Amino acid sequence: MKLTVWTYEGPPHVGAMRVATGMKGLHYVLHAPQGDTYADLLFTMIERNSARPPVTYTTFQARDLGADTAELFRDAALEAYERYTPEAMIVGASCTAELIQDDPGGLARALGLPIPVIPLELPSYQRKENWGAAETFYQLVRHLAGPHAPAPGAEPAPRDPARRPRCNLLGPSALGFRHRDDVVEIRRLLGRLGIDVNVTAPLGARPADLARLGDADFNVVLYPEVAGIAAGWLKRTFRQPATKTVPIGVGATRDFVHEVAELAGIDASEVLASEECRLPWYSASVDSTYLTGKRVFIYGDATHAISAARVASEEFGFEVVGLGTYTREFARDVRAAAERLGIEALISDDYLEVEAAVAELRPELVLGSQMERHIAKRLGIPCAIISAPVHVHDFPARYSPQMGYEGANVLFDTWVHPLMMGLEEHLLGMFRDDFEFNDTAQPSHLGAGSIAGDDAHGAAPAAAEAADTTETTETAVATGAGDEAYWTEEAERELKKIPFFVRGKARRNTESFARDRGMSRITIETLYDAKAHFGR
Amino acid sequence: MSGVAVVRRDSNASGEGCTDAPVLRERGQREVFCGLTGIIWLHRKIQDAFFLVVGSRTCAHLIQSAAGVMIFAEPRFGTAIIEERDLAGMADANDELDRVVGQLLARRPDIRLLFLVGSCPSEVIKLDLSRAAQRLSRDHMPDVRILNYSGSGIETTFTQGEDACLASLVPELPAEEAEAPPSLLVVGTLADVVEDQFTRLFDALGVGPVRFLPSRRADALPPVGPNTRYLLAQPFLAETARLLESRGATRLPAPFPLGIEGTTAWLRAAADAWSVSAEAFDAVTEPARRRAAQALSHHRERLAGQSIFFFPDSQLEIPLARFLSRELDMTLLEVGTPYLHRQHLAEELAMLPAGTTLSEGQHVDRQLDRCRAAAPDLVVAGLGLANPLEAEGITTKWSIELVFTPIQGYEQAGDLAELFARPLNRRTRLRV
Repeated sequence: MKLTVWTYEGPPHVGAMRVATGMKGLHYVLHAPQGDTYADLLFTMIERNSARPPVTYTTFQARDLGADTAELFRDAALEAYERYTPEAMIVGASCTAELIQDDPGGLARALGLPIPVIPLELPSYQRKENWGAAETFYQLVRHLAGPHAPAPGAEPAPRDPARRPRCNLLGPSALGFRHRDDVVEIRRLLGRLGIDVNVTAPLGARPADLARLGDADFNVVLYPEVAGIAAGWLKRTFRQPATKTVPIGVGATRDFVHEVAELAGIDASEVLASEECRLPWYSASVDSTYLTGKRVFIYGDATHAISAARVASEEFGFEVVGLGTYTREFARDVRAAAERLGIEALISDDYLEVEAAVAELRPELVLGSQMERHIAKRLGIPCAIISAPVHVHDFPARYSPQMGYEGANVLFDTWVHPLMMGLEEHLLGMFRDDFEFNDTAQPSHLGAGSIAGDDAHGAAPAAAEAADTTETTETAVATGAGDEAYWTEEAERELKKIPFFVRGKARRNTESFARDRGMSRITIETLYDAKAHFGR
Repeated sequence: MSGVAVVRRDSNASGEGCTDAPVLRERGQREVFCGLTGIIWLHRKIQDAFFLVVGSRTCAHLIQSAAGVMIFAEPRFGTAIIEERDLAGMADANDELDRVVGQLLARRPDIRLLFLVGSCPSEVIKLDLSRAAQRLSRDHMPDVRILNYSGSGIETTFTQGEDACLASLVPELPAEEAEAPPSLLVVGTLADVVEDQFTRLFDALGVGPVRFLPSRRADALPPVGPNTRYLLAQPFLAETARLLESRGATRLPAPFPLGIEGTTAWLRAAADAWSVSAEAFDAVTEPARRRAAQALSHHRERLAGQSIFFFPDSQLEIPLARFLSRELDMTLLEVGTPYLHRQHLAEELAMLPAGTTLSEGQHVDRQLDRCRAAAPDLVVAGLGLANPLEAEGITTKWSIELVFTPIQGYEQAGDLAELFARPLNRRTRLRV
């Protein structure tokens, strides 16, 4: 048993639902107790889909357990087929139904429906959502494309030079983080390169489309978490090579262009030369100097975390102080990426462990999922979202890809924005007791003696007092511990002259400097000695 | 899915309203939450309790998804996720549970009451949580009391989780002294603000002492005994009521405190038991009734004559339908409820207009067919159905808000009407 407060991933059958809901003409019959239908709201509320997911649940209850739950499943499958007339069906069990061992696959097969019926075995007590999506997609591909596979050992015919190269786009699903927009962006990029897209799957594909996956020359794997297993099988069975680069960030998009050009046997120099992306210049412009060396903590699914780490260090000039993932299946890749940055990866699906890591590393920016957003908010650290698990806000009305050149522009805006907001909040705090800009000071453009001013004066002492109390408390805490050095008044005054955004750090550094040297008093001298010691 | 809808007539009818009405009993896919969902409001109500679900990743995912927003504090609920090794017998599930509880209580020394909440998987593998609760109580009493109940989908539908939770508290309630004067117990979670309003009204009426179940703190559970009279504040508390009666308490039959009429009759039931005169009752309640009538009048124009269709969700449907039909002149097309408790809803049913279609249970696809055919002006449905219905052009009120929002009592009557008026209002405004 594992104590869990929040969970990064749902159970594997939710992954299967992401595949089914992304596709068209596919229906999922799920043997599940009443209550498991909550999963519908992920799609209708979070993703704001206008249709119910194509899922029929048996919703058995305790009284059914004593009777015939298998009969219940047969009836549900038959009724779903008659009502929705899908082109193919996937069938399986959720965690509870797995325990009662009704064998949905066998039961559905016995119905003799005139469509492909694909059984799913998704072990709920071992696996999670992303694996469930990957396994479901793989089973669909194997069952539907499998019958069209070339004879083992047969070499694929070389592409007719008169035909444009074509690829499949694999991995986008329902409820994916910006999958909808990434597909548009990457299709556009491939189009400029002269590459056609044969099938995009699962998002938007019909079962019949999966049957013709083999017509492509190669596969573009956008999300290895979902498409990795299927792409591996397609490579073995259809000899289709697959891309390894995920085009998030400018550098990765360039690498991706090189990679697909090579797979397609085309020349990409023109596309690369006419690159339209603002990130490189925005990042180089002097305005961005303040981003230099900002300490960032990155957490998410493996694909987005690894990509973000590269973008953060190479394209923003950040210092990546923490990198991790909840995707255990790709732990090795994340560990390797962390090693390249000289840090150790955190591989965990324990929210509390991630929170502890963020608290300890004290980053200046967190790039994570909605889970890390809550951690960051609690710790008062700016945060931008880079990965699932998703919230309704992660399905913006505007076009907002993460991939490709436009995706890089989006990253620039999205990651810089919380830093600016954080800066504004600090400014507000800093100017609270400024002689000119404090809460009670007259706005200069209103002139003296306005009514607003009078009102504000009434509140002034309280506000000033509150500000004082905060400062005093802080000092008390700092000097409270017996062996801690105390701040002399002059040193404390000098500290306040240091810009607010480094003041906290200066205080901590000076205190640790004094502590290491066994000093009991912090003077102005100590403050500047520490500054020289820690200066970078 | 047997797919057989049975229409039957109940015999204990008095012939009023819908007392004698046929009920369409449906079996099929039920698009409803399980009882675990109640944890979302129960943990906010009982401020020193922790709810530990013993279940699967699905359970954990359900609660966090149904909560909608992920609360950025460490919440007072969590899941002990059963893993493969627990099922394969490699780990003793009871030892594992003891370990997890120890870990949890070490983290949260502020917890005084721990609920072990059973789930579908824990029920199916027959993990005995009542024995576990007894065993753990021995280890952790007096610091922490440990109880158990089932919120599983195979046993409970949505609000029945609260029933199961409160039922587990009843044996823990201290015994009221035999010679104690009559006391009033209000049963069912109400928002604190609503409790305080009712407390003021009962005080003014001279009804009391008044206590609430659940109490805000687990170390201040209300006493119960033969002199306890209780009022149900929620319509889904069948088991809790049964257990209270087994401890000698007496139910004051009443409709539920929704709208002016419901609130008045609910308060009246207590006032009668305390022999409050009609004049005194009117004098105390008159200002609030007048305010509520004024608040309702803002919404009557929008709602009167509009037709409404309820999908089953919280068991609040029948009292809500009664309020909307009698106080706002809405037309009831179908009132679906997951479970119909005839005894507790007798007063409500009598007040429903005759001829209302009542349905119990669900076959969601067939109910959607009926809904589309009925073409209601407003539909009340859960989160899985709300947006798809809206996208079909059917104005929808998402029902979960009715459980999370304070809607009981006079001062909330206008807010309650507004919850139904707002989607209609919105539809008339949008021009896109």
